[in-house]
Amino acid sequence: MNRYRADFPIFSKENDNSVKAASYNPDSNDFQSESEGENLIYFDSAATTQKPQVVINAIADYYASYNANPHRGSYKISIRATDAMEHTRDKIKSFINIDTKEGEVIFTKSATESLNLVAYSYGMTFVEEGDEILISIQEHHSNLVPWQMVARKKGAILKYYYIMENGTIDYENFLSKISDKTKIVAVTHVSNVLGFVNPIADIIKVSREYGAVTVIDGTQAVPHMEVNLCRLDPDFYVFSGHKLLAPMGVGLLYGRRELLDKMPPFLYGGDMIEYVEEQETTFAEVPSKFEGGTQNVEAIVGLGAAITYLEEIGMKNVEALEQELVSHAIEKMSTVPYLVIYGDKEAHRVGVIPFNIEGVHPHDVASIMDNDNICIRAGHHCAGPLIAKMGEKAVCRASFYLYNTKEEIDFFVEKLKGVRRWLGYESE
Amino acid sequence: MNLSDIYTELIMEHNSNKVNRRKLAHANVSKRGHNPSCGDDIALEIEFDGDVIADAAYTGSGCAISQASTSIMIDLIKGKTKEEAMELVDTFIGMIKREITDEDKLEKLEDAIALQNISNMPARVKCAVLAWHTLKDAIENGD
Repeated sequence: MNRYRADFPIFSKENDNSVKAASYNPDSNDFQSESEGENLIYFDSAATTQKPQVVINAIADYYASYNANPHRGSYKISIRATDAMEHTRDKIKSFINIDTKEGEVIFTKSATESLNLVAYSYGMTFVEEGDEILISIQEHHSNLVPWQMVARKKGAILKYYYIMENGTIDYENFLSKISDKTKIVAVTHVSNVLGFVNPIADIIKVSREYGAVTVIDGTQAVPHMEVNLCRLDPDFYVFSGHKLLAPMGVGLLYGRRELLDKMPPFLYGGDMIEYVEEQETTFAEVPSKFEGGTQNVEAIVGLGAAITYLEEIGMKNVEALEQELVSHAIEKMSTVPYLVIYGDKEAHRVGVIPFNIEGVHPHDVASIMDNDNICIRAGHHCAGPLIAKMGEKAVCRASFYLYNTKEEIDFFVEKLKGVRRWLGYESE
Repeated sequence: MNLSDIYTELIMEHNSNKVNRRKLAHANVSKRGHNPSCGDDIALEIEFDGDVIADAAYTGSGCAISQASTSIMIDLIKGKTKEEAMELVDTFIGMIKREITDEDKLEKLEDAIALQNISNMPARVKCAVLAWHTLKDAIENGD
């Protein structure tokens, strides 16, 4: 039994109402009764993680004791809400080792918004006609489509560097594509489809030598390993709260101060201004300059609690636990006939395994797994160009986190063996 | 929801049936239907003889439900007028949305009634209706 699983109420016995799930009523739209409790096997943490009780408590406590609009009103609970936000900002800095002199953390609503902020504010201001934007084929649409937009609007050239046969990034291909014309290098720290950890330290170092600004998507990295931004020294680094045990609705952007200071605001409005007159406005300093509008305080408070929870366990332990799960899963899944796992089985990957079952569409696999309360993802995983490069239209993905167990994986593997029978194939 | 209500023999048969999966030599209309989130992607081709659907076929890829639904639909609409085909589309979508439950009204859907249970699987509704929306689009808007 996993020692952390009990911290997550969605897996608790009291929550066991799997019978109700079978009689889902679309008219009532009552998704709450769908909670699977003890029988739930949740293998979709790369999409969003479940939440520990400490995070849920922190949110409840915020609403029960100090809900107020931060930065407004000079009264105690508003100050407390402001402090809670700033406390989380400080926690993030120590969690991923940010030097406040070098850079700042900005709250957004999602990693997608963080990347759009960089594309609109930095990209649209500093990328010029004929410049090159170099991105990896592994990118999630959120670190790809905004750069297509910038390239089109500014007359810049969007170039890709690709993956090798074994699915890992082709670093030589990156080196052959970067040049003095390259103004932006975008890359994901960890692929959300393949789970491979990219050599971003090397990519950042080389990019800087060419004068290119690096935009790193850390969404699939920060929840699964120790990340040290002081050591990596990217120009921009983004991730989201909800893949890190925190609520949906908060994303993070780290940016180097020197760049943030010269960038125009992204969202104009309240909280981001200094003086406003009828025709002119001056803007607040970083980070407020980029935090227009009331922030999602409950999510930010929840994120603070999530980071404390993970720090108490220790990211080295989280990583070790996940590595044990992923090795076990690869070993067991490799015994399933007609099952193909994508990418090098030996390469360093987080708890993410993309796979397909020959002759069965991923969406059918996911529905058949759901019948046994196993949650996996099927589709293109918001990485269309990568899936196409892999020669597929869609794949299944199982992803693990600290609350999963080897017993769950064994059950999952047994069920995988039966999938083809549902589609009318005679044997396993 | 029992899986065997979804993955029925009929659906399996149509999923692997290649008769309707081909290119038409003289198509008047070709229409692409796509579910971006799950990757179902079909191209529906129709050859009209005046107002009548003389032949229809599809190419593409997708899950068993989307492929079977497309094949079953093609069997059903051949020889029908545009108007009749549009009525079948509305009846089918009505069935999946549970707006039409009267068995007499559903009868004209023939084999497509086998997909009625999809209405119990909210995640798969869009797979079942893809071909039917594509047909509607093809008839209403042409190429």
